[in-house]
Amino acid sequence: MTHHLPALIIVIPLLAALVTAGSGWINQKAPFRIAVAALFLAFICAVLMLIQVVTTGIAMEYRMAGWAGPMGIVYIIDHLSALVLVVITAVSTLNLVAQKKNIVSEFKDKEGAFNALYVLFTAGLIGMTATGDAFNLYVLLEIVSLSGYALIGLGNTRAPLATLNYLFLGTIGATFYLLGVGYLYIATGTLNMADLATIIPQNMESGVILFAFIICLTGLFVKMAMFPVHGWLPDAYSQATSVSAGLIAPLTTKVTVYIMIRICMTVFTPEYTFGHLDISGFIVLLAIVTIVFGSLSALAQKNVKRMLTYIIIAEVGYMVGGFFLGNRLGISGAILHIINDAAMTLALFLAAGIFIWKTGGESRSDLKGLFAKMPFTMAGFVLAALSVVGVPPTCGFFSKWYLISGGIQAGNYLFVAALIFSSLVNAVLFFRLFEIAYFEPFSEGQSHGGSSHGNHYSSGVFAIQEAPLDMLIPFLIAAMTLIVLGLYSGTIVTNIIQFAIPTGVI
Amino acid sequence: MPMETVFSVKPFLAVLVSLIAIPCIISSRSQNIRESWTFVAAAIKLALVLSMLPLVLNGGVVEYTLCQVFPNLGIAFRVDAFGMLFALVASSLWIVTSIYSIGYMRALDEHSQTRYFCFFAVALSATIGVAFSANLLTMYLFYEMLSLATYPLVTHHQDKEARSSGRKYLLYILGGSIGFALPAMLITYHFTGTLDFSGHGVMAGHVTSGTALVLSLMFLFGFAKVGIMPMHSWLPAAMVAPTPVSALLHAVAVVKVGAFSVVRVFTGIVGTGVLAEYNINLIVCVIASFTVIVASMIALSQDELKRRLAFSTIGQLSYIILGVALLSESGMTGGMLHIAMHAFGKITLFFCAGAIFCATGIKYISKMKGIGRRMPITMTAFLIGSLSVVGLPPCGGFISKWYLVLGTIEAGQIAFLFVLLSSSFLNAAYFFPVFYNAFFCSPEEMLFEDKVNEAPVWCVVPLVITAGISVVLFFYPQPFLNLAKLAVQNILGG
Repeated sequence: MTHHLPALIIVIPLLAALVTAGSGWINQKAPFRIAVAALFLAFICAVLMLIQVVTTGIAMEYRMAGWAGPMGIVYIIDHLSALVLVVITAVSTLNLVAQKKNIVSEFKDKEGAFNALYVLFTAGLIGMTATGDAFNLYVLLEIVSLSGYALIGLGNTRAPLATLNYLFLGTIGATFYLLGVGYLYIATGTLNMADLATIIPQNMESGVILFAFIICLTGLFVKMAMFPVHGWLPDAYSQATSVSAGLIAPLTTKVTVYIMIRICMTVFTPEYTFGHLDISGFIVLLAIVTIVFGSLSALAQKNVKRMLTYIIIAEVGYMVGGFFLGNRLGISGAILHIINDAAMTLALFLAAGIFIWKTGGESRSDLKGLFAKMPFTMAGFVLAALSVVGVPPTCGFFSKWYLISGGIQAGNYLFVAALIFSSLVNAVLFFRLFEIAYFEPFSEGQSHGGSSHGNHYSSGVFAIQEAPLDMLIPFLIAAMTLIVLGLYSGTIVTNIIQFAIPTGVI
Repeated sequence: MPMETVFSVKPFLAVLVSLIAIPCIISSRSQNIRESWTFVAAAIKLALVLSMLPLVLNGGVVEYTLCQVFPNLGIAFRVDAFGMLFALVASSLWIVTSIYSIGYMRALDEHSQTRYFCFFAVALSATIGVAFSANLLTMYLFYEMLSLATYPLVTHHQDKEARSSGRKYLLYILGGSIGFALPAMLITYHFTGTLDFSGHGVMAGHVTSGTALVLSLMFLFGFAKVGIMPMHSWLPAAMVAPTPVSALLHAVAVVKVGAFSVVRVFTGIVGTGVLAEYNINLIVCVIASFTVIVASMIALSQDELKRRLAFSTIGQLSYIILGVALLSESGMTGGMLHIAMHAFGKITLFFCAGAIFCATGIKYISKMKGIGRRMPITMTAFLIGSLSVVGLPPCGGFISKWYLVLGTIEAGQIAFLFVLLSSSFLNAAYFFPVFYNAFFCSPEEMLFEDKVNEAPVWCVVPLVITAGISVVLFFYPQPFLNLAKLAVQNILGG
């Protein structure tokens, strides 16, 4: 049974997507239930695979329909992909459960279609992560993109325009990647990643391979919204509905970073990426610009969701920069940040979903008085914000620790400075929100001797209007995860990430 | 004498106990039940700290590792003499401050008292956490926790003034720790491979003189809670907080956490050897002396009592840094001892300021003429507190200042002797007029009717207690003095 898990994890959601679409005709509640069940099963598969990979220390290989590679498509579950699979399935399940109320209010009578797209999107991400075939990856990338366009397009009135923009740039990015894979095929005659990895080191000087590398990477940069090809992301993510944003924002960029790491380390090998090519310095510089640009742009936003999207751009810079530092610490930091940032972004977007559901608005001033009205939601939001700022013991601190250490080891103090700068800007960003939620609306008599307000025991007025429990509990689970991930980051690095990095990298 | 090491969960429990109390505080049905939870937690905390005292006094240490987050670096606790000294001060004063808080907050009928007591408990957890940290990472964790937990306390009034003060507070405290202390910590880890506090520091042999100097200064300014100029101006701004917060946090916990952190890093990470070898200690001494003198002079011109006390605190904190940076045995003893002595003196002064405000609503010194007739107990306690902070017998402050002065002579740095003496003179100059005006003024100048009318008893009792302890400490400084001497022995001795 266990050796079929790599197939099950993608087959279950794919089939469920089909069933879900139709089930809406029969029962309105069925699509949601099927979707949750399918995603949860996928999550269990991912956890089982991670346990198996960690305990045996050997990567699982699954031949689709029994065809051996390099001709057939193989799925490879190693430490890295098993870890990312757990993240994808967990985020996707938790987000769907948490935003049940938003689905009902935002997709009235379209539950079937929405849930089908949601599951399909997740299935695509799972496939991208698990596949060991460069072309199959492109196919799944398109599945993700197309279902993603649809999910975002279902948003508010301006969403279709943002989607069109996203579609143009996303297609260009995907085409670049496809072109790169084509050149690789010309140069090597294979599409299997493991096969590519044995052939490329013998042809390091080949111009075709160099071109393939650069064009693949460019395509991925578009997809992950690196500066200067980031323009599509803020519009697309902030116009999407809460529930779509809660799925797409935490996962898409992170999985694309994973793909970048996979391509650079597994396909092109670290010797080629860091040793043979002399581009790491330039890419780290690009990452620094992305970090600074993302942070400064976030400062300029009045809309909370839009602000969060610019933070995502800055975080992409963290991961790309950390990876291209080319040392063990930096790469560990980048991989750890994939997990942590997915969890942080999920928590932030869930909080945003609750705010929108409760207040109906998404601008900063809509947060007025929320600390008094929704103390638990705000506590979770504060936790998520502190993680983005990088305050221990939340997980954001620990990945930042590795990234900064990597920067110091590489002697790249500019990258270190950019990370510190971004942390400070994040602190400003979030405390600006906290100030609004905590201080405003200003009322007279609250200060010294405010006997009219008194304390809540005597006056009895203490208007808590918390979010409903079925939104609040998943959100608080997501927020608490940030601390758990932080405290166990040592375990994650020594037991999983350590083995995900080739031994050649110091 | 080989050091005895005991592995026990007690330090962690001492940190945790006030956090555990929070759900109880939130869910209490009445004010009195809520306040009794605070006292239960405070008493258990003090008992846990005290239970480790005999062992530490015999030269032992208590260790506990919570989890391992990096190779050879984790979240770990280690109770030694210096940590014990600070934890003892903080946990004993929490009880007194809790009594005072109840009196003050109820007398003024403040809003959101539950929130207030919750964050007070978090702040105390963080303070004990800093005191018991075994390495710089753990200390940083609790340091940040304290910064964030005190923000709602500082901005308790939730008005515009509170907001702008809160901004300043975060700008300096968070900006300092993220901007300077965090990178300094990571660079140290990169060079040395460890962040554990050890008796002689870990930097020796790993860094050049330039790096050591830069890192030391980054730590000194990064831990902005110590209020070394120019990172000081958050402290007067934070005086917008309710007075019990100013008393415990901005006279004892927060600022002393800053001083404690700097001293810990200088002795446990940088190491006295490195400090002396590259003459970094002299640079630190000069910076601290500058702060001592300038802060005292600014204090002279402040009319608002709490602001005057705030600037006095800034000056007194730099005594601690100055004493330790002298690197002589007496100087370090004096510096560490000053953490305790100044705490008891200064908290008395803040309690008095709060009691005056509670009873009369007055904040400005110029309006306190003749207040001694109306509030004789409070103003007598004020005198004792001032004597202690100025460093005159029969108060505890004299002992620490005595060691500090000895320390300058031992180190052969007579210039700093003059800094200390002139600062004491300035201290007297800004404290005694307050007291003098309160009692000795002509009937025409008198702004109060000649009738005793003190603040509520819950406010008066704590300040009498702390004033009493300040005097007692002059005669029996042993627990703190022995701890300080032990701590210095660990650092300077073999």
